[in-house]
Amino acid sequence: MRSPIVIGIFVFLALAHQDFWLWDDPSLVFGFIPIALFYHASYSIAAAIFWGLVSKFAWPTYLEAWADEGEDGTSAD
Amino acid sequence: MPDSSPSTTPVIVLCIYLSLLLGLAMMSKRLFRGTSKDYFVASHSIGPFLLLMSVFGTTMTAFALVGSTGKAFQRGVGTYGLMASSSGLIHAFCFFMIGIKLWAIGKKYGYVTQIQFFRNRFESNGLGYLLFPILVGLVVPYLLIGVIGSYRVMGPLTKGMFPNVFAGHEGSLPPWLIGAVICGVVLTYIFAGGSRAAAWANTFQTLVFMCMGVLAFYLISQKFGGMAEAIKQANPAHLVRTPSELEVTSKAGTFTREVGIPPLMFLSYMFIPLSVGMFPHLFQHWLTAKSAKTFKLTVVAHPICILIVWVPCVLMGLWATGVFAPSPSNVWPAPAIAIMKGLPDASVGAILSLSLRFLIENPIIVGLVTAGILAAIMSSLDSQFLCLGTIFTNDIVLHSAGKDRFSDGQIVAMARGFVVAIVLLTYVLSLLLQGAQNVFDLAVWSFSGFAALTPLVFAALYWRRATKAGAYACVIAVVATWITYFAMSGFGGEFTVMNGVMPVALCFGAGAAAMIIVSLVTQLPSKETVDKFFA
Repeated sequence: MRSPIVIGIFVFLALAHQDFWLWDDPSLVFGFIPIALFYHASYSIAAAIFWGLVSKFAWPTYLEAWADEGEDGTSAD
Repeated sequence: MPDSSPSTTPVIVLCIYLSLLLGLAMMSKRLFRGTSKDYFVASHSIGPFLLLMSVFGTTMTAFALVGSTGKAFQRGVGTYGLMASSSGLIHAFCFFMIGIKLWAIGKKYGYVTQIQFFRNRFESNGLGYLLFPILVGLVVPYLLIGVIGSYRVMGPLTKGMFPNVFAGHEGSLPPWLIGAVICGVVLTYIFAGGSRAAAWANTFQTLVFMCMGVLAFYLISQKFGGMAEAIKQANPAHLVRTPSELEVTSKAGTFTREVGIPPLMFLSYMFIPLSVGMFPHLFQHWLTAKSAKTFKLTVVAHPICILIVWVPCVLMGLWATGVFAPSPSNVWPAPAIAIMKGLPDASVGAILSLSLRFLIENPIIVGLVTAGILAAIMSSLDSQFLCLGTIFTNDIVLHSAGKDRFSDGQIVAMARGFVVAIVLLTYVLSLLLQGAQNVFDLAVWSFSGFAALTPLVFAALYWRRATKAGAYACVIAVVATWITYFAMSGFGGEFTVMNGVMPVALCFGAGAAAMIIVSLVTQLPSKETVDKFFA
């Protein structure tokens, strides 16, 4: 996954947090959960999915090898 | 004459819970390798599940269970979006962007504190001495909130249970005893096993507080006749985020309570979760990870863990608002209504305890849920005690005197000594400040300070051009703006500027601007340093 795509989705999620269209809506989803709470609970799930995709496609694998190298660039093992 | 004292069963349940916790943590001591590296960062050996639970348990303070319910009672449904869903996105961002990279750098160069990293990255010993009092000063209120929080939970719960032994405290356990037990238990396992014991204890405690939160939610909803009935009797003003004034009549007279969340507060609160990027105790947890891949579960599951804890707590807080709008489905007894209506804003954290006391009559369940609340408190306290001991040992003593002057065993002994001193200091301070009205408001100021310092760590990790002078300018700008707003707030109260903007946004902006501007006009770091951290 390319960095611009990751950054773009992150910015979209940050903007989507401001759900101004639900500000005055008192309706209930499934008869027990206020829609503003339902939206943000769903948002938490969307955030987890996003980070799941980042972990799968944009994980910084090079860091592991770099950390395991000695300070002179040789393997620490 | 029959004994009318409340059952002491909840206290017995709590004693059993604390014994189990201590037993588990002491078992983990068998894995302790006796080295300072193991004491400070568990020899980089913690796996994915333990890392998730210990990071989540450390991040979620007493506020997760007690404060979230109280805040929803006070401000309404917007509480979840304000504090929880934003944290799901931003905390994971910090783990991914800051945590993994700091883990790699820490492992490669043997760092166990943030200050060690900043000193080398910015080629400045003085920066370490500047950061030291700031980081310690921001962690201390955080510690006090935990210990004082335990007094506020246990005091009302045990009221009348021990009329003969603690007659002077209305029969409830006195704060000196509650604090001694909580601090003593945490100190025992931190002293013995360091960060490895903290990781195991945090995992157990996190599982306990997650399960007990869900249990309280289920039982309280049953008392209302189900979740649909429970929400029906909630106050309508609390089901939307638009701010309004709610008029409340209690024995103390009529007063207004502000409900809802100003839009600018909702927007600028997004900066608060950035605090995890600069928490020194979280830095130490990150370094315990076995590998970079270990972080994957933490990054992905953290938003879900937040959801599991916060949605039930916010709903329980909304249900409790039914005391302002009595309806046929309202099951609140009159004494509960009288207390809840009269609660000042600073005490709304007591809502969960009151709900348990008045709606759940089973003392075993009350004991279990209270154990969950204490678990949330202690799972943060242990990491904070340990991290302050680690900072004192490494950034002050070893840095000044030279690490080679001490054996590894002496370093561990020194760290243990500092941990004992910090626990004792926290205990004494918590007893002195236990009556402070706005002590819980200090949490957001502590978080704001850490969040505003995030440009420092972000620039250190991702901007080769970030200079020593830029780092100083960033820290000084943050401290200056933070102190200004803290003083304007009356030293700790809830405070916003410009119709709802949280001060953290402006402190963060000042820090970021100072870092960028000063770095651009000052001398570059040496090539050797740039190569060391940006290879």
